[in-house]
Amino acid sequence: MSQQTVLYDVPGPRQRRVTLLSSLVATVLVLVGLYYLVYRPLDDKGQFSMELWGPLLDPDNEYFPQVWDRLGVGLKNTLTAAILAIVSSLVVGTLLAVLRIQLKSLTRRRFTGLATPVSYLLRGLSAVLSAVTRVCVEVFRGLPVVITIFFVARGFPEFGLYLDNLWYLVIGLTIYNSVVIAEILRSGMEGLPGGQAEAAAAIGLSPLQTTRMILLPQAFRIMLPALISQLVVVLKDTSLGFIISYEETLNIGKQIIGALDNPIQVYVVIAVLFIVVNYALSKLAQYVQRRLSRGRKTAGTPAQNPPPAALMSQAEGGGMGGGV
Amino acid sequence: MSVLIDKFDVFAGGFWLTLQICVLAAIGALILGAIVAVLRISPVPPLRAVGTAYVNIFRNMPLTVVMFFAAFGLPALGSNADFLRIPGMDAVFTRLGTDLPYFRFALIALVLYTAAFVCEALRSGVNAVPAGQAEAARSLGLTFGQNLRYVVLPQSWKASIVPLGSVIIAMIKNSALVGFFGVVGDLSQTADQLTSAEGYAFIPVAIGISIGYLIMTVPLGALLDRIEKRQAVAR
Amino acid sequence: MRMKRVAALAAAATLALGLAACGDNGSDEGTGSGGESKSFAAGSTMERLNKAQAIKIGTKFDQPGFGLKGLSGKPEGFDVEVAKIIVKELGIPEDKIEWVETPSKVREDVIVNGTVDLVAATYTINDTRKERIAFAGPYYEAGQNILVKKDDTTITGPDSFKDGTKKVCSVTGSTPAEEIKKHVKDVATQLVLFDTYDKCRDALKGGQVDAVTTDNVILLGYIAKDEASFKLAGENFTKEPYGIGVKKEDTDFRNFVNDTLEKAYSDGSWKKAWDDTAGKFGAELGNPPAVNRY
Repeated sequence: MSQQTVLYDVPGPRQRRVTLLSSLVATVLVLVGLYYLVYRPLDDKGQFSMELWGPLLDPDNEYFPQVWDRLGVGLKNTLTAAILAIVSSLVVGTLLAVLRIQLKSLTRRRFTGLATPVSYLLRGLSAVLSAVTRVCVEVFRGLPVVITIFFVARGFPEFGLYLDNLWYLVIGLTIYNSVVIAEILRSGMEGLPGGQAEAAAAIGLSPLQTTRMILLPQAFRIMLPALISQLVVVLKDTSLGFIISYEETLNIGKQIIGALDNPIQVYVVIAVLFIVVNYALSKLAQYVQRRLSRGRKTAGTPAQNPPPAALMSQAEGGGMGGGV
Repeated sequence: MSVLIDKFDVFAGGFWLTLQICVLAAIGALILGAIVAVLRISPVPPLRAVGTAYVNIFRNMPLTVVMFFAAFGLPALGSNADFLRIPGMDAVFTRLGTDLPYFRFALIALVLYTAAFVCEALRSGVNAVPAGQAEAARSLGLTFGQNLRYVVLPQSWKASIVPLGSVIIAMIKNSALVGFFGVVGDLSQTADQLTSAEGYAFIPVAIGISIGYLIMTVPLGALLDRIEKRQAVAR
Repeated sequence: MRMKRVAALAAAATLALGLAACGDNGSDEGTGSGGESKSFAAGSTMERLNKAQAIKIGTKFDQPGFGLKGLSGKPEGFDVEVAKIIVKELGIPEDKIEWVETPSKVREDVIVNGTVDLVAATYTINDTRKERIAFAGPYYEAGQNILVKKDDTTITGPDSFKDGTKKVCSVTGSTPAEEIKKHVKDVATQLVLFDTYDKCRDALKGGQVDAVTTDNVILLGYIAKDEASFKLAGENFTKEPYGIGVKKEDTDFRNFVNDTLEKAYSDGSWKKAWDDTAGKFGAELGNPPAVNRY
């Protein structure tokens, strides 16, 4: 926010008058345009009739209780899938991030003190493992979530693993999002000042202890906003459940449309539901970010600004797979 | 696995179509996103409000819903998106000028949706420019437009490029949804077609499709990593 | 301090999960009709299902007239009613049926996997499908047709698409979509595929496509709802016998379903099922199709 105000001078009285006038003119123009380009065509097609909107908005309508009952089921399913997916992605993602950091430090270790062949073997092994995890991360980060979900729902049965659609969706989302979260945390840990890890080593902490007690908590802190925006992504991505016939909000909407023939109206309501929930979540992310930065100033903790990696992950969290 | 060889032309066709829609959508999203970003940081409060509202709406809606509105809302408004039938583009982007508007609808949805993220990526870049730069420019008497053009943007694009790249990668992956909204023959719809209608085994087809997407996303991601590392060193 | 916060988060998450899980119980509403234990051959699917007093049936949730999970939260339609007749014959009460949504493209998979015990989902009997599963029935014979706007005179049948200008819509992975591909000149510019026929109908209404093609009964449903806008173009050009999908090797169960269908033909429950559902669209039921015991 502060950056925006430094881009221009505070407008003077004349500038404010010009702004006000032109805003008014523009508003009128936009309203007229909306009337002719949006309202009129929709009204001509009868899209504003109470017959179409009534079941969604009018509590006295005979279908209203049923429609909202169904939408309630859909919302509940959406939230169930989203919560399960985010919890498991956090757990798996954290483990994956720790694993990758550990493997990376292992590959750098020389394993001195062991017999030469053993040390070579260990070095080779850790290099291979490190490469394997890296490839997994790259592959699942590079695939559309739709494909991942599809993979799980169609692929698992081929290996004789049958689950509810809910679990296919949750696993599909977890595979994708845990990889993203792992990357967020990893870049958070790697973005920390080197002195942190050095100091930890100096007081005799093992690499695993260093990660667990020093790096991870700080990375979580810095990356919390990014993690919350990933939650928004997960919530949106549950809407892909319709592909595998999971009864989330959008799929239920489809069934309602089949009965009432009011697609545009149903989708408008669903869009509003999603926007409200997700907007609240992103506000929460902003609030957390503000609180954290305030806390940092007073407590004077070492990590100042999120490293560029953090910024990237944040955009990634918002954009990557966002919606798919 | 023989499906990968037998149906290579189908995979290649799907890849080509996905690539087309991604290139077009990337161009559109970058342009629209830049406009929205300027709105979001402009000195005029109503414009700022418009920019903010745009971002909040499109960032918080599932792409599926945006796609739906493009494919069924636009026709309800009486538009077949014919303004996208740009003469001369047909030679490369064959689907753009067809009578079937769903390619254009999908394109519009991808552009609208991605532009919100592009805007945020650009803004994060602008925010990364030290405040003193813009203040100095102002004290020299530069206007908002001059300030952006000569001082802020030339510095901010460096900080924006990595997040922008991530947004584009995300968009490529998001394009997998167009097959569900009437675009026949893109990469993910191809998978659907081969497995459900033509009865090919799922796993080999899925591998083929994955390779198609990874060809587009992984090199881009690797490039971004390099840029990011370089920038980190430069810093 | 931090630990506390983590604990609080965890508690909140658990709570939310618990709430979500609790909500599941609301959907059961017993109709009270008790199950009867009938005697079936030992080891047969019928015996197993009867003993379990539960059955999983795959049907469509978005097909008006055949299987539509509308506002009641339970699927309704001809397929659903036919399935209920079979379930009744198995001695299982109606409220013990678990309905599973089976869109066109997963129907073989769910039967082979055993996700469902049988599929009744506007399921056309054909030889490709018989390689993986078996069909009882047919219990209805539909035919592919074309829905056009009322004032359209240019489309008269599937061959009207051969000149490469007319655009047609169908559903991904369905038989009609594959069939119409034989008649269109250029798939890329002429064919649109969605996940439901509702979307096709809206596209036809909006003028984005010139025709919708699928089985006549489905199209008749749209005409019944909006007679002023749509009509059929010409006669059915395929025969689509709808069957009940069961496991390929389960001949006993298939015979049982066939017997049940024949019984339903003669005692009138088949006709009643039709009249209550798709029959309202004005489609002809005709004579009961002879079941095919191969």
